[in-house]
Amino acid sequence: MDWKLWALKKSIWVFHVNAGACNNCDIEIVNLLTPKFDVERFGIKLVGSPRHADALLVTGVGTRQAAKRVQEVYRQTSKPCVVFCMGACACGMGIFEGGYHVAGPIDSIIHEVDPNAIIAYVPGCPPKPQAMIMGVVKALAALQPKEKYATERVGQAVLANPG
Amino acid sequence: MIDAAQNVFWILVFPGLAFTLAVGLFASWLVRKVSAVVQYRVGPPIYQPMADVMKLMGKEILIPQDAHRVTFIAAPLVGFSGVLLLSTVLWLATAGVSYVGDIVVAMYLMVFPSLALILGSSASASPHAAVGAGREMKLVLSYELPLVLAIVVVILKAAGSVEPGQQLSLAAISQHAPVLSVSGALAFLVALLCIQAKLGFVPFDIAESETELASGVMIEYSGALLGVWKLMQAMMLVALPLFLVVAFLGGIDLSGPSVLWGIGKFVLVLVLVILIKNTNPRVRIDQAMRFFWFYCGTALVAAVILASVGAAYRIPWL
Repeated sequence: MDWKLWALKKSIWVFHVNAGACNNCDIEIVNLLTPKFDVERFGIKLVGSPRHADALLVTGVGTRQAAKRVQEVYRQTSKPCVVFCMGACACGMGIFEGGYHVAGPIDSIIHEVDPNAIIAYVPGCPPKPQAMIMGVVKALAALQPKEKYATERVGQAVLANPG
Repeated sequence: MIDAAQNVFWILVFPGLAFTLAVGLFASWLVRKVSAVVQYRVGPPIYQPMADVMKLMGKEILIPQDAHRVTFIAAPLVGFSGVLLLSTVLWLATAGVSYVGDIVVAMYLMVFPSLALILGSSASASPHAAVGAGREMKLVLSYELPLVLAIVVVILKAAGSVEPGQQLSLAAISQHAPVLSVSGALAFLVALLCIQAKLGFVPFDIAESETELASGVMIEYSGALLGVWKLMQAMMLVALPLFLVVAFLGGIDLSGPSVLWGIGKFVLVLVLVILIKNTNPRVRIDQAMRFFWFYCGTALVAAVILASVGAAYRIPWL
């Protein structure tokens, strides 16, 4: 196996982005780090800066205010990175669909800056920590060097400019 | 020619780069594992630090638009080479290859990582990093005074029992254990806390506080450059406890089975550092300064006086 891909799968550093969530998913995400679930067993670590991150955990519906910030955070993340949509709102706007303040589900917001972004979905309101671990495991299992993940996409330009 | 080759071998392979990196990655796993055990968790597997660094080496390097590129890229390398030289000097002193004044060289080399951090974060054109750099600077100013005084105590303790001039050489110092006297024990305790601050561990992780500053000094670093910072920190986990062992605890005797006792001292210092890290909250920068200057400084002035009295009147336990 490719050493880059192996190392990436064994050491996922996550950055948590709140894009207008009600705080319910956020609590469950923090729950992942507690001794009960202890995702550090798998090398998953919460970091403070998107520059250090390999995965963005996005919660919330993606409000018009938050959408620009989510795109900016995605641009700041060093590639390769995976975006995880955590919860019903992030996956498909949930009960806020059609709301005046909603800019769209997270995947379409991210696709505006990078059409090739790798996005994983963990539905639920909120998703259980077990479901989140399951989502991360499945997403990691799906990563293959062939899918232009670890090698070819590095250094590829993202589309829109920040202006 | 042979000498040059031997020096390169020393720096790059045996006590230097390869060996210290291996021990350093193991030590940083130990930090995470012991922290996990303290918190009733399982903790990461033993290859975790290596996987982290390998992953960082394979990732994209982002350089902020307004950053000073040369300084931004050079800073991690400067810090890394400083720690590399420090660990080489210390291991060679352990093995008996030493010269007069290498304790002063070690003191200077120990400031390198902090200076490199200040340099790199100031070059990265980020307000968070600027705040982190300011805090790191204040922290350096606070802990250098007690650390230098602690080393003065070590030199005073060694002066009585070695040839004149030899008290400035690490190999001669490591033949004695100043910690077995009152002033030496005091100096060891304070030096342990200074090492804690140098490593950037709680309670003195003010410069890279993850909650307020989003990892402060390193916020703009990514990819391989961040990997070099992580390697530097891993090597500091070897070099700084080793410095304490050499200066205060009588060094590591490499001959025969007593090497195990030496390794035991090293692990003891490391575990003490980890336990302090896990049982304390972070202090504010003004609290840290007050602590180091007024409390540690005063205690060490007393220790220096005690050591001088002990040296003048030949009382070894003072």
